[in-house]
Amino acid sequence: MADTARPQNPAGRPVVRPLSPHLQIYRWTWTMAMSVAHRITGVALYGGTALLALWLVALAAGPGAYGPVAWFFGSLLGRLILFVYTWILLHHMLGGIRHLVWDFGHGMEPGTRIAMARYTLIGSAALTVLIWFVALVAR
Amino acid sequence: MVDNRPDIRPSIRTARARVSGLGAAHHGTREWWLHRVTAVSNVPLVLAFVVIVALMAGRPYPEAAALVSHPLVAILLILGVLSVTNHMRMGLQIVIEDYVHDKGLKIAAVIANTFYCVVVAVACLYAIVRVSLRALA
Repeated sequence: MADTARPQNPAGRPVVRPLSPHLQIYRWTWTMAMSVAHRITGVALYGGTALLALWLVALAAGPGAYGPVAWFFGSLLGRLILFVYTWILLHHMLGGIRHLVWDFGHGMEPGTRIAMARYTLIGSAALTVLIWFVALVAR
Repeated sequence: MVDNRPDIRPSIRTARARVSGLGAAHHGTREWWLHRVTAVSNVPLVLAFVVIVALMAGRPYPEAAALVSHPLVAILLILGVLSVTNHMRMGLQIVIEDYVHDKGLKIAAVIANTFYCVVVAVACLYAIVRVSLRALA
């Protein structure tokens, strides 16, 4: 952008306008942290869908391609990735439900909105452990 | 906190513009709304996907292929892929528009985002259909 377009004071210097403070100046709150977490988990899931595509394409390609992919997802590293992926998925899901409730104007009271943000984290962690318990132990 | 009061402030907008409801950008809130609709459809479909993956884990190839080719599983997976890939395209476009300020770079990133989502969607859908149809052969 051409600098000449900016308003200048009589001394010829650009007018320094006051800026609103950026994120790092604010004290972290539950709602702020969970909002940031919602975006980060969304981007992580975005990348993670490539793993889903890899798995399904390997299944379509035949046993020769599916074997190594199934072995990787069954390995310790693969299971760790899937475990973290489960938590990210559920966290984004619960965060999305929270945002849907807020979109309709409900739950915006100070105590309620902080409790909702807190339960996103607690709920996603609890559900992740529950799902893996059912998948690994109880089936 | 829900504000259902009618807006009675005087407006200079024409009646035609108010009815079409598209605002100054001529896009309205269609994409915002579609993002929410896919968020809602994601919930049951992703839960179904988690159950399917949990059932698949550790199975040998023939059993895994048989499970995915079951009509109910295949249909749930196809619906899930359609809902998720549309949702994630709109979601990442918002992230790009928030953080990428250079206009050329922003357009390139938004196009790349669309390409990625379409590739993921087509790869998944092709794979599901191929596994399903091979079961019939």
